[in-house]
Amino acid sequence: MLESLIQGILLGGYYAVLAAGLSLMFGVVRFINLAHGDMAVLGAMGALWLVQTMGFGVPAAIALTLPAMAALGWLMQRLIFERALAGGFLIPILTTIGLAAALQNGMFAVFGSDTKSLGAHIGALSWSSWQLPGNIFIGKLPVYMFVTAIVVLGVLHLLLTRTPFGRAVRATSTDAEAAALCGVDARRVHRWAAAIAVALAGLAGIFLALRAQVTPFSGPMMLIFAFEAVVIGGIGSLRGTLIGGIALGVAQTFGGMISPQFSILAGHCLFLGVLAFRLMRVAANDRGGWRSAIVAVFLHRDRLRRKA
Amino acid sequence: MKTTHILPMPLSDRWLIGLACLVFVALALLPLVASALVVDKLTLLFILIMFAVMWNLLAGYAGLVSVGQQAFVGLGGYAMIRLVEAGLPPFPAIFMGAALTGLAAWVLSWFVLRMKVGEFAIATWVIAEAIRAVVSFDPLIQGETGTSLVALNAYAPEIRRLTVYLLALASMGVMIWGTWRLLHGRIGAQSQAIRDDEGAAASVGISTFQVKQRIYIIASVGCALAGALWLASAITFQPRTAFGVQWSVFMLFMVLVGGLGTFIGPILGALLFFALQEIFGDFGAWYLAGIGIVAIVFALYLPRGLVGLWLDRGCDEPLSMRKRLGLAPGQTPRA
Repeated sequence: MLESLIQGILLGGYYAVLAAGLSLMFGVVRFINLAHGDMAVLGAMGALWLVQTMGFGVPAAIALTLPAMAALGWLMQRLIFERALAGGFLIPILTTIGLAAALQNGMFAVFGSDTKSLGAHIGALSWSSWQLPGNIFIGKLPVYMFVTAIVVLGVLHLLLTRTPFGRAVRATSTDAEAAALCGVDARRVHRWAAAIAVALAGLAGIFLALRAQVTPFSGPMMLIFAFEAVVIGGIGSLRGTLIGGIALGVAQTFGGMISPQFSILAGHCLFLGVLAFRLMRVAANDRGGWRSAIVAVFLHRDRLRRKA
Repeated sequence: MKTTHILPMPLSDRWLIGLACLVFVALALLPLVASALVVDKLTLLFILIMFAVMWNLLAGYAGLVSVGQQAFVGLGGYAMIRLVEAGLPPFPAIFMGAALTGLAAWVLSWFVLRMKVGEFAIATWVIAEAIRAVVSFDPLIQGETGTSLVALNAYAPEIRRLTVYLLALASMGVMIWGTWRLLHGRIGAQSQAIRDDEGAAASVGISTFQVKQRIYIIASVGCALAGALWLASAITFQPRTAFGVQWSVFMLFMVLVGGLGTFIGPILGALLFFALQEIFGDFGAWYLAGIGIVAIVFALYLPRGLVGLWLDRGCDEPLSMRKRLGLAPGQTPRA
C-alpha cells in the first residue's frame, strides 16, 4: 500500500513534466496542442536514434535532444501555430490533429512499429533500487526522474516569477493586447513559450523511454495523461500541474493494484470525476451555492420550471 | 411598407437535388450488375459519407468540435453484438443498437455539453477511452482480442453483402435527407446562431443547451448506426479498432477538406477521402502521414475547404442553408 503510494508519487513527477508543457501552451498562448504527446514521442525517438544508431551516451543524447526540441517548438509556433491561432477556436484543433496524424505515421514509416526503450543503455540503473525500512523497495531511476522533474519545474517557476522574461510571459497570458501596448512583443513571448513547452514534452518522452517502452503510436495516450494532469491540478499554475500529475500517478498505481487493465481506467475516472465536480460547482454557484442548488434542483423543480 | 421575403431555392440547387435522387436510384439498382468488390467498396463509401455528414452537423452547425465520436462508433457495434447475443437477429440489431447508443449519448450530453471548446474536445476523447476500457472488461469481448459476429455467417455471403449495402445506402439517404430537413427548420437556424455567437443566441431566447443536446444525440445515433453497419460488413469487433481515435480523425479530415459548415462539403470530402484511400492506400503509413499534412495545409490555407474554393470565385454556395432574402424594388439592404 505504502509502496504503491510512493511509486504513484514518483510516477507523478513524469506526468507533471509531460503536463507542464501543455499547461504552459494553454495558459500563455491559449493554444491546445493535440500533438503534444506525439512531440514527446518524437523527442524519445530522437534520443533513441542518437544512442542506438549514432553511438552517443544517454546523457549526451539527452543534452542534444532537448535544445533540438526547443528549436522545433520555436519553429512550429513561427510556421504553424501562429497562423492557426489567427483562425479562431476551431482551426488550432484541426491543425494539431493533422499534425499528430502526420507525426505518428511519419515516425511509424521511419522508425518502424517496434517498441523501443532506453532502458538497455543505462546499465544497472534501470533495475537497481534502495531498500527502505518496512521492506519497501524504491527504484533509483524513478527517484532520479522525480528529482529531475521537481528541479525542472522549480527552475521554470523561478523563470516565470523572477525574471523579465517571466514577467513578459505573465503579462501576455493575462492580457496580450495590454502587454503589447506596454512594449511586450507577444509573438516573441509565444515563440519562446512554445520552445519551452516542446522541450518539456521531449524530456517527458525521454523519461518514458527510460522507464518503459515507446512506440510511434504512444503519443495520443501521453496527450490524454498530460491533459488529465492539467485538468486535475487546475489550469495555469505549475504547482497545480505537479499536484495533478501526482494525483494521476497515485490513482493509476492504486488502480493497477486491482488489475493491470484497471490502472489507466482509474486515471480516466479521477479526471472525469474532477471535471464533473468542477462543472457542478459552477452550476451550484450560479444558483447561490451548493445548498440552495440542491434544494432548487430536488425540491423546487416544478417552481423552477414554471419560472423558466 | 416595403417587405423583404425569402427567395425560393435557386434553379441550380433544384437540378442538383434531382441529380442526387437519380444517383440514389442508380445506386440502389447497381448490385444487379456490379461485382462483389464494387459493392463492398461502395458500402464503405456510404459509411464514410454518414460519418462526415454527422460530424459536420456537430462541428459545422452546432460548433461542437468532438474528438470522441469513436465512443459512439464503438458503442453502436458493441450494442449490436450484445443484442445479437441476447437473441435478436443481426439486421434489426443494427438499428436497436444505434437507438440504445442514443440513450447513452443523452446521458453523456448532460455532462459534456457544459464544457468549454477545448475541454469538450479532449474530455469526449477520454470518455471514449474509458468506455473502451469498460467494454474490454466484458467477457464476451475477450479483452483486446475482440470477437466476431458469428450470427452473420447464418446468411449466404451474397445475401449478407447485398443487405448491408442496401441498409447502408438507405441509412445514408435518410441521414442526408434528415439533415437537410433539420437544418432548414428552426433547429438549423438556432444551431447556426449558437455556433456564431452563443451569448447572442441565448439573449434572443434560444435554449442553447437544448439545441446542442438534440444535435449531439442525433449525431451520436448517426455515428452509432454507421459504426454498426461497418461492423456488419467487417464482422470482427476489436475494442482498439472500434473505439480508435482514427474514426474522429477521418471524420475531421473529410469535413475539413470538403468544407466545414456547408451542406455539400462533407459529401465531397468523403468522396475525396475515399478516392485518396483507393489510390494511395497501399502506401500505408506514408499515406496516413500525407493525410495529416493535407489536413494541416487545408486548416491553415483553405479553412473553408473545397467548397471555399468555389465560393472564392464569386459563386453561390450550392445547397446553402442560408436564407436568401429578396428585396422589394427600391429597397436597400441594411448592414
